[in-house]
This record gives sequence, C-alpha cells and structure tokens, in this order.
Amino acid sequence: MDNDIKISIRHLYKIFGSNPAGALEHVLAGMTKDELMDKHRHVLGLQDINVEMRDGNITVIMGLSGSGKSTLIRHLNRLIEPTSGEVIVDGENVLDYDEKRLRRLRREDMSMVFQHFALLPHRTVLENTGMAQSVRGDARADYEQEAQKWLDRVGLGGQGHQYPHQLSGGMQQRVGIARALASNSPIMLMDEAFSALDPLIRTDMQDLLLELQGELQKTVVFISHDLDEALKLADHLVILKDGRVVQQGEPQEILLHPNDPYIVDFISDINRARVLRVRSVMEKTDKTPDAFAGEVAPDDTLESVIALSEGDTALCYRVMRDGAQVGTLDMKKLVRALVPTSAAEDGMRARPT
Amino acid sequence: MATYDFVFSGLGLREWCDKDATSGPMTMAELMGKSSANADGSAPAVSLWELPFPSLDALNKACPSFARTRELTKGVEQGFLNVKDSLKIVLDPITQPLSWFLEVALYTFQTTPWWIMIPILLALVYFASKSMKLVGFVAFTLCFLAFIDHYNYAMQTLAIIFVCAFLCVLLGVPIGIAMSRSDTMQRMTIPVLDMLQTLPPFVYLIPLIFLFSVTEPKLYGIAIILYAIVPVIRLTDLGIRLVDKEVIEAADAFGMTKRQKLYGVQIPLALPNIMAGVNQTIMMSLAMVVIASLVSAPGLGVLVLRGIRNLELGVGLIAGLGIVLLAVILDRVTKAALARVNAASAASKN
Repeated sequence: MDNDIKISIRHLYKIFGSNPAGALEHVLAGMTKDELMDKHRHVLGLQDINVEMRDGNITVIMGLSGSGKSTLIRHLNRLIEPTSGEVIVDGENVLDYDEKRLRRLRREDMSMVFQHFALLPHRTVLENTGMAQSVRGDARADYEQEAQKWLDRVGLGGQGHQYPHQLSGGMQQRVGIARALASNSPIMLMDEAFSALDPLIRTDMQDLLLELQGELQKTVVFISHDLDEALKLADHLVILKDGRVVQQGEPQEILLHPNDPYIVDFISDINRARVLRVRSVMEKTDKTPDAFAGEVAPDDTLESVIALSEGDTALCYRVMRDGAQVGTLDMKKLVRALVPTSAAEDGMRARPT
Repeated sequence: MATYDFVFSGLGLREWCDKDATSGPMTMAELMGKSSANADGSAPAVSLWELPFPSLDALNKACPSFARTRELTKGVEQGFLNVKDSLKIVLDPITQPLSWFLEVALYTFQTTPWWIMIPILLALVYFASKSMKLVGFVAFTLCFLAFIDHYNYAMQTLAIIFVCAFLCVLLGVPIGIAMSRSDTMQRMTIPVLDMLQTLPPFVYLIPLIFLFSVTEPKLYGIAIILYAIVPVIRLTDLGIRLVDKEVIEAADAFGMTKRQKLYGVQIPLALPNIMAGVNQTIMMSLAMVVIASLVSAPGLGVLVLRGIRNLELGVGLIAGLGIVLLAVILDRVTKAALARVNAASAASKN
C-alpha cells in the first residue's frame, strides 16, 4: 500500500467566469463559493484541491453532482485548464507542457473512459478499441491483434465487426474499457464510467474492473457519485463537496471516523457489514485467544463473518494472513462497529430544507 | 419657400446654400409641384399633416447645395464603375477556370451521344442510390424529355448544375469547417450568408453584368454559385457543431491532433448534415439556373424565358415541367444518397 506517488494535485483552483484570475484573489482572501457567485458572478469550481494518487491504486473521487468531480478529473489530462495550481504526473508538472508534450501524455500515459461511452459511432467496435494506437499513427494491421486481445479480455471477442449502436449499454462500456486498456497507458481516468448502466450490469463491470486491476496494477482515477461503488473500488477515497475536499483516506477509515456531517449523511445509508472488513475492526495481536471458533482473513467482510458465526455474538475468531495470526476478532466488537454513526443530528438531513 | 428653410437660415448656412446650387434634373415631385404652382400662381400652404420627412430631397428644396437622393445612387454607381477596372484585373483570372469548366461540361454533355450519356447518368444514379426503382424512374424521365425534344436543353441545364454544385461543395465545406472552428468567423460570415440568401437574385446579376461580358459563362456561373452555396456552408457548420461533445472530448483525451479530429471524427459524424446541405445546394442552383438564363445561361431556362417574352404559353409550361422533372430527379437521387449515408453512419442512434 505504500507505492510511489504517481499523480499529485497541489493547490488546484478552478473558477469559471469572465475573469477567473481576478476572482481567484477574492477566493484566496477567504470569499466563499456563494459570496463569489452573488458578488462577482463567478463559479468556484474547485477550491484548494490537494490529492496524492499512488501508483497501482484505485483512487475514487466521490461527490454529488455539482461537487466538481468531473471538472477535477479533466484537469489531469488538461481537458480543462486550471485557474491555478499544479498537477504533477511522474514528477513533471502537466501544466508546463506545450501542446506536443501534452498530446504525448494523452496518447501514451493516460487513457479515459466516459460516462456515456463516447465511442465513435462510425467505426466498428474493433476500430474503436484500437483508437489509441491508430491515433498514434499505427497501421490497422499492427494494432488489430492487440485490440482483439483486449476485446476478448472484456468478453466481447466476437463483436469486433459490429458498430457501437448495435451493442447494449453495458457492452458499449466494455468497449470503452477495452479501448482504454488497449492504449497500454499506466493511468486510467474513469469519469462516472458505470453511472449510466443499470445496477446488475454495474456490479458486473465493477467486478471486471477489480479483476483487471488485480492483473494490471494500473493507476486508476475513478469518479463516482455512488458510495457503495466508491467503497467497493477505492484504495483511496476522496470526498468532494462544493469543490472542496471534505475528507480523504482509506475508505474503511472514513467509514469508521467520518469527520464531517456531510459524510455522516452519506454513510448512514449503506450496509456497513458488507463494506467494513475484518482488518478495520480486529484487535491487532499475535496472542492466540484462549478459545476461538475459527479463522478468518483480514480482507473478509463483516457480513461474511456474521454468516460464518450464524449470528452468535459470543464467539471469537483468529484473523490469519498467510498462515500467521495478525489479530483477533471478537463478535461483540464486530456488532459494535455495525452501529450506524449516530446519524447526523447536525447533518444535512436533520436540517429543515 | 420650402419647409426646411429655417434649418439652414438658423444655422447661418444660407449663403453656402445659394453659392453653388446643384442644378440637377428636377425630381418628379418638383415637376408636379411646379405645374400646380403655375396653375394657382401661389405657393401651396403646407399644413402639419403634410409635413415632409426631412429627407435628402426635402432638404435639398430648402438648400440647393444639399445633396439629393439621386446623387447617392449615382455615387454608388460611380464608385462601382471606378473600382470596376481594378476589380476586374483581380477577379477575371480567378474566375476564368469557372468559364472553362462550364464550357467543357456543356461541350461534353451535348456532344456525347444520348445512347452513351443516358446510361452513364443512370449508372451514376445507381452508384449514388443503389436503388433500381430510382434508376427506372430516372430512365423514364430522361427518355420522356428526349422524346419531346427537350433532351439538349435538359443536358445543358444539368451540365451547369453539375459544375456549379460541385464548386459549391468544394468551396462551401471548407468555409463551413472554418466557421465551426471559430465563433468570430461564424459571426462574420453569417450576415454575408443572410445577405446572399435574401438579396433578390436579379440584384447581384447587375454588378456581375458590369464586371464580366454577358457572353462569358462564368457570369451566370458566379451568380448560381453565390446563390446556391449558402446551405452547404450553413449545414456544414451546423453539422460539425452538433457532433456529440463527449465524442469530441474522447478524441481530445486520446490525443488526436486537430486534423485527425476533423477527418476522423467531425466530418464523418457531420456527413448526414453536410449531405442535406448538398441536396439544398443542388435544388437552389436549379432555381437559379432559370433566372440565369436572363444573362445567357443556356438550358431549359431559355425556353421559359422565351415563353414569357413571346407569351408562348405552351413552350413556357413544357419547359417548366422539364425543370420540375429535373428537380425531382436530383432531389430523389441526393436524398437516396443521404439516406445511405445516414444508414451507414447510424450516428448516435442507440
């Protein structure tokens, strides 16, 4: 979990309006988003964003619509220019790049998956998959094999000759993922990639992504407005609200120690047993308990442990990693962890609207 | 004496007014006024109801040095005549190829025997539409026109339309692309397009007649192109601007250059709209080719003109029918081609 930092965003601001630079001074002087809108007619899109994304991790940026998450991801490959700040990829500031270097970054280092797929409707699925290579100037014969490989990998081996509109939404997004993978770029940006799909297919796609990620270890930046999805995928979770980072960290950590009523509101609805894992609630010790009912793995969900214990709260389990004990799990403690974080009396939902 | 005397007297310009009075020809109103004044022997009293608008002519009555409206039109004419020669030096060589194209096309269409020409045209129709039904219809129509001895006229009209529509596309698509890329360019071009579309076609024949000799084919070629190029420009611009923003974003995100984006994404996705523009352009050039017969464009329009000039009802009506038939053919064929493009690209229909 301590990989190198691949992407680092520092003091990033984005202001939409006719004179962003002027408005930035007001913001730096402490003006809030609403004041800026009322007094200067500028929209504060992003405010002092500092995020570090580690190599080989999935970083999920979560927030409701309008929180600036799609704006943020577009700063990474400069589809949107920031008002101020730095975006550092592999030690280089992307914002210093000229057009040519930027194009190389987009062609070779980053690929992107879009919410509404954004496939080229006039090209076949195979041609779409090979888009990154064909943009680099490779001949069709050279990239066809590679593209076919990735199509096979996402389960669309036989559909290469079809056009995107002949496929269902889920299949189209598989093409979108195959297209991003076929570019062989170390960084993958996924902008609400699964939000337009229906729930079953979405779960399918999440599993596919996790499976591929286990194999490929890419640096994935994933945008989502769905907390369950975020918790399922994230190694590092960043929660945005009104263009600010409210909290970031390990998802389990955020779940157990939310630091903002906004987040409490968010997490009060989720199935904690399914999301929390043994390692977050166990007691770290290598002392073998006097009596234990069985062994569990640190990455098991609490739900699976409850199923194992058949609801008996008197039991105690050994937590084993690679054959060695890393801790013990008392069922009473487990149940305590499931108590919802006292749902936000000062949170948004308690407030009269 | 005149209504607005007080203006000039008040401004102390009376002397300047009377110094070098323009003694141009009288206006009609003046002449009328004079005759009635002579009859009465006294100046007519002007009530408030008849207060004339302080126009150039009205002010001129009060102050003879003041310019009259006829001097404005005369000035425009004089200005045009002054730049005409230098304009001609520039425009003549640029537009000369148009004359050659038209001459070659007219020559080819007319000298190729009908038993070669008609099959070639039918093959073209099939190539564009892939529909035997349409080929049959076109064959019937062409044979009908040939049967009533309008084949030659129809071929002349077709030749002109082929050349002009082709040039319209050749020029119009790049202009449309430029417009779609820059808002400034769009803001500047749209008024020109509006003007070209609303100006009565006869009006831009007038300066063209001054610029080029009436015997040159390019005279009507330019008139047709100016009139018919508008839709293809507009629809190219529109088509490219309507391309799905997310697809453009994807193209950017994968590092496409502007050129790759244009040829690989924007034009293919805008093609249905561009084709609709080509269809409109062809229809409008057909409309203009009739008017252009006033300036020696050959073809069915000549017969229509003859019908009007000599009140030969039958000649005019039959020629008109021929134009309608040509219009229907051209429209159906381009629409069929458009439908094929639509089916092939099936853009964003899922």
